[in-house]
Amino acid sequence: MNERFFYLAERHLQGNITPDERSELKDILDSNPALRKELSEQEKIKEVINKMQLKNPSREFWDKYWQNTYNRAERSIAWLLIISGAAVVLTYAAIEAAEQFIQNTETPWILKLGIAALVAGAVILLVTVIREKFFSYKKDQYKEIQR
Amino acid sequence: MEKEAVPPVERTILFEQLVKENMRRAYFTALGLTGSHDLAMEISQEAFLRAYKSFSRFDTERNFFTWYYKILKNLWLNLKRGKKRKRVLRFLEVKNELYQDDSMSNYEQEELKDKLEKAIQLLPEEFKEIIILREFENTDYKDIAVLLHIPQGTVMSRLFYARKKLAELMRSMV
Repeated sequence: MNERFFYLAERHLQGNITPDERSELKDILDSNPALRKELSEQEKIKEVINKMQLKNPSREFWDKYWQNTYNRAERSIAWLLIISGAAVVLTYAAIEAAEQFIQNTETPWILKLGIAALVAGAVILLVTVIREKFFSYKKDQYKEIQR
Repeated sequence: MEKEAVPPVERTILFEQLVKENMRRAYFTALGLTGSHDLAMEISQEAFLRAYKSFSRFDTERNFFTWYYKILKNLWLNLKRGKKRKRVLRFLEVKNELYQDDSMSNYEQEELKDKLEKAIQLLPEEFKEIIILREFENTDYKDIAVLLHIPQGTVMSRLFYARKKLAELMRSMV
């Protein structure tokens, strides 16, 4: 099968082949019965496909399509604002808590040291887990494969 | 020459117009790829949303759908990879005029439709997309070549092999 055959077969299947092209296709098919069989199979499947169409949703669906897309855009902006706001508030609260904890003279230094080690350990653990996940994802050769 | 930035309000109006012009094609392409109405609606709208977010990078002189299709396809591939989908195979219908066709009963037509739906969903992705674009959306060869980044000759040979595979799959369902 060569490019010319694919071209002529396609023209034939779409019903817009010219008389010259039809005679050229006939010559190819006469000289190669296997291609005739292939083309006949293509005609059959094409006939089945021609009987079907993609399901068309209701008119209301199309009327609401833009509105739904717009609503999604608004929602994503809302989420972005909520996440940014939460990040600012939480960071501020963490800094304030840390400051008060450090400045608090009543807390024994051993407890301060213990809590600092706990927080540092948790942060390091979090960073390693994230880094590991990130690198294993990047190196995963099978990530394109549906599991 | 550097392009002038489109003001936000005009950009939104332009984008709305582009969504309305392309939503049918977007939805039907997604429907063909996913085989599900809900997923098609979900990813076609999400792809519009992502397109909007990077709309400032879009060259308005170029074909919007070509640009959009890339986003849609990536989104679909990521979604497919990310989770096992519940397959809902109801995305085709028998053309209305054929219900009056006496050569086949409605039952036979429905059965044929079910088989075709299943076979399309079993096609490799590159065959599935070309069948949807050409056979169900009537996209011309030149546009398919641009959308899939392949030469026009390859469009025709790929279509041929896609139909061949489809026929094989349908035969195996007997």
